[in-house]
Amino acid sequence: MSKIQNAVIGSVRTVIGWVPAGWLPGGAPDPLIERRAAIGSQASRLDGPLKVAGQARFAAEVVMERLCHAALVHSTVTRGRLARMDTQAAEAAPGVIMVVTYRNMPRVGPLPLMGMADLSAVGNSSLPILQDAQVRYNGQVVAAVIAETQDQADHAASLIQVDYEREPARTVFEEAKAHARTPASVLIEKNHVSVGNAERELISAPHSVDNVYRTPGQNHNAIELHTVTAAWEGESLVVHDTTQMVAPSASALAKLFGLKKEQVRVLSPFVGGGFGGKGLWDHQIVAVAVARMIGRPLRVTLSREGVYRIIGGRSPSEQRVAISADAAGKFSALVHTGYSVMPPYGACPEQYTMGSRALYDAGSFEIVQRHVDLDIVPNTFMRAPGEAIGTFALESAIDELAHGMGMDPIELRLHNIAERHPLSGTPFSQHALKQAFDDGARRFGWERRRTTPATRREGEWRIGMGCATGSFPYVRMPGANVSITLRSDGTATIACSAQEMGMGTATVQAQHAADRLGLPIEAITFELGDSALPAAPMAGGSSQTVSIAGAIAAGAEKLTLELLRLAGNASPVAGLRPSEVRLTAGGIASTSDPARNESYRSILARAARDAVTITAAGSAPLEMFKFAMHSSSAVFCELRVSDVTGEVRVDRLLGSFDCGTILNPKTAASQFRGGMIMGLGLALMEETLFDERSGRIMNATLADYHIPAHLDVPQIDVMWTGIPDPRSPLGARGIGEIGVTGVAAAVANAVFNATGKRVRDLPITLDKLLTE
Amino acid sequence: MSPVTYVRAPSATEAVRMGSEPGVRLLGGGTNLVDLMRKGVEAPSGLIDVTALADRVEQADDGGLVIGAPTRNSVVAAHPLIRTRYPMLSRAILAGASAQVRNMATVGGNLMQRTRCLYFNDAAGSRCNKRVPGSGCDAIGGSNRYHAIIGGSAACVATHPSDMCVALAALDARVRIAGPNGVRTVQLVDFHRLPGDRPDIETVLDHAEMIVAIELPAPLKALHSGYRKVRDRASYAFALVSVAAGLSMQDGRVRDVRVAFGGIAPKPWRAIRIEEALRGIPLVPETTAAAIEAEFAEAALLPGNAFKRELAKRTLTAMLNELAGDDA
Repeated sequence: MSKIQNAVIGSVRTVIGWVPAGWLPGGAPDPLIERRAAIGSQASRLDGPLKVAGQARFAAEVVMERLCHAALVHSTVTRGRLARMDTQAAEAAPGVIMVVTYRNMPRVGPLPLMGMADLSAVGNSSLPILQDAQVRYNGQVVAAVIAETQDQADHAASLIQVDYEREPARTVFEEAKAHARTPASVLIEKNHVSVGNAERELISAPHSVDNVYRTPGQNHNAIELHTVTAAWEGESLVVHDTTQMVAPSASALAKLFGLKKEQVRVLSPFVGGGFGGKGLWDHQIVAVAVARMIGRPLRVTLSREGVYRIIGGRSPSEQRVAISADAAGKFSALVHTGYSVMPPYGACPEQYTMGSRALYDAGSFEIVQRHVDLDIVPNTFMRAPGEAIGTFALESAIDELAHGMGMDPIELRLHNIAERHPLSGTPFSQHALKQAFDDGARRFGWERRRTTPATRREGEWRIGMGCATGSFPYVRMPGANVSITLRSDGTATIACSAQEMGMGTATVQAQHAADRLGLPIEAITFELGDSALPAAPMAGGSSQTVSIAGAIAAGAEKLTLELLRLAGNASPVAGLRPSEVRLTAGGIASTSDPARNESYRSILARAARDAVTITAAGSAPLEMFKFAMHSSSAVFCELRVSDVTGEVRVDRLLGSFDCGTILNPKTAASQFRGGMIMGLGLALMEETLFDERSGRIMNATLADYHIPAHLDVPQIDVMWTGIPDPRSPLGARGIGEIGVTGVAAAVANAVFNATGKRVRDLPITLDKLLTE
Repeated sequence: MSPVTYVRAPSATEAVRMGSEPGVRLLGGGTNLVDLMRKGVEAPSGLIDVTALADRVEQADDGGLVIGAPTRNSVVAAHPLIRTRYPMLSRAILAGASAQVRNMATVGGNLMQRTRCLYFNDAAGSRCNKRVPGSGCDAIGGSNRYHAIIGGSAACVATHPSDMCVALAALDARVRIAGPNGVRTVQLVDFHRLPGDRPDIETVLDHAEMIVAIELPAPLKALHSGYRKVRDRASYAFALVSVAAGLSMQDGRVRDVRVAFGGIAPKPWRAIRIEEALRGIPLVPETTAAAIEAEFAEAALLPGNAFKRELAKRTLTAMLNELAGDDA
């Protein structure tokens, strides 16, 4: 992002700061915060029965006539030129329709990179896709074999011989640091923040820590592989995809292939895990371009290895965190700087300093992120990007400081929790981290923790407890649209192009719409996953629920107006203004005199209408700029470390969350637990083995890339404050990503408590605990 | 995967005959071979499925057991005679892979499985002397956490990944092999070869031969035994270090001791030197430590796997102490 963006965002903030809160979204609390029936209930996922019965149709299961299949060939060198490609044997292999290389691939422009200005710019990489003989990273697609069956395509792909002219490549993180760039902004935040003189405070303060923390690269491993089917019908395009960005993908594809928006339809009713990895990448472009060229529908399904080769993951990082405190434990300086990888053709800045900007007060701050260029598949957003690894560094450092001061680490944190946003001075819309810690510590039994490390053991196992703060910003995205159709039989359908990645989007929005429209949840149908429906933003930044909720709330207002118009003069609600009624019990009622009401059925019958449909857009998310809106959590961990082998076994995890209203405890608990399990993987085992000699990912399989197995996952307790945010739709803030944050630090801190050994580079594998 | 023919062998004799054709491979559960075919590491022209052959666990005349090569790993692990007489073997098998993989994988296939070296598995992008003799080894200067600290060579430091074979090595198991010229038997510890300058030749099995059974000698009396596997996650991971150990004490002295390591060598590593050093003496920390130290005197450590020497020493020491405690 640019200096211009800093200026624009900065002036928006300034202007919004002058506008009275009452004029803005969130100015008055959403009335549904107080008045709700379906929201907050343990509704089971509406898609559950379909999935259990195997009837949920995922993208790779779409049946289509004349469908052909593709296998991709990936570069095995990092930089160079394709000197010779022998495709003859592949072309002659049974079932092969065509071998596509840069020579015969239709000319397609680069994908515009994801950014803040243009919502249809959703590319994760701006590199050319099969457009020239250049190889720019190890794993890049250099050919695609199109065949009648997947097996035929796979076999033929193995027959392609490629000779490369190798060129020097940048693959070593440590070396590339010397040429690191300092971007002007990180997402919508100004990158470099300097308040006071933190370095001087560090030297003069009675207590301080100053250490470097390292986290490895990680790869996406959604169970459902990336798969896309592209079918042209004349000049119209239908794409069956598994994507977190249904409508934005359709817009981007339309732009790229010179089509009108209405000529492109992207369908993605179910996504088998997204986590940030299911965006627009090379395989969709190949599918669309080649399907047009061969005049047949084409499916491209990545192999598991293919996902590692061409879908980016979490960037590795090296972070310095230094904190100083006065004798009473008040922070006088907070320094958080570091390096992560972001090639110029990538879009994800790995915003690991966000927690340090929002959680604690300190007399001075020095915060800046630097980007290292490597020749790699561009890294991308991976569940709690930045925050997951940033909280590891920050919250480890606080634990180290507390230990050095002989202070309880919770007490030290509570002593420094920011009352207002520490950098902007803006008041928090709602913030109850202290309560989250208090509640969590009580449930967890924190008082049983030994303050002196390495003093509790059972047999060969040393036992320890640790805690950390988790953190995630509130985001509501602009551009959320819905349609609401209310029928004379008392049912309603809400529709938008939103994404269901397994977290319960349809269920929670049906709960919401039921309360918003005053209908039972059984009367609500929620349609999503289709770009032909009103456009919803991508599912990212834990923003989807509130973004769509905002649009449904706006839709309910429009519907109210329309119903009052239809009700006419003969209705009991005649003459009432929209602000004087509410939608309740299947109809409209006067807020001050509920006896004055009329049912939808009756209104529509009198108006001789079968149904009424409105479309509406959510308001611009200006509340984000007026208030500091931030979720946080207290994470607790108890674990054992073998004195013999250094093996770490986590016995208990507890997450105590402050994320506003919890809309559905069942789906929320599942989201929190899932996130915490990912945090456990981050802490103990997940690591992309990137061979710096070759620039190649070496463990591109689920056998070699470790994620937690069932036996690694302990009892996970989750709880929440449930305090509504008065500035957000439904009082809710996102919950999809915060579960990951804080966990790695809680584990590292517990390992220190158990053993007295401080591990500052993830993952915490047993070899790091073997040394005396 | 390249096209491949597939037939089921009706008998061991037929399997040997069909399997001796060039380019043909015997297929057990396919849990490793089929993976490697998908990755292009193996490309046999034909597969002879041997899983219909004798898959029984039978008692032998010498008080031992004979396990048919096609017997599924899960069947062996759960077999009452294995669990009661060779509990170490049962535990070793259950420490390996996942329930689903164990249900498919056969005993013969377990011996024949290939290394999980990342560079061996990367046929498209890495050099490997085991895969392409003379091409070089990318593991030695690369990711070598799972690699050998003992028994390797300048050409190859890959480890044999089996858990089961580690217990078999400690139990003096024998491998019964059928070939065109009849049946022969070799000790399991002699079945796998060290890499030397030919890491592509992994066993003493000739292409025209097949494993028909594993023979277990009669169990040692009063042997307390165990299998401990140390790995990067609690289940479903290959061993960084595993130890199969058995100990029987008499009058405060070691009457018999068995030690085999997994995860540290190109083959299941029977630690004969440790056994000889400890036999007949009391188990005291200093001598035990010295005996273990001697076994690793020639260890060749790489940056990624240097920790394994300490890990192996500690794991075995803890196991011997535990087994001695059981005996007391």
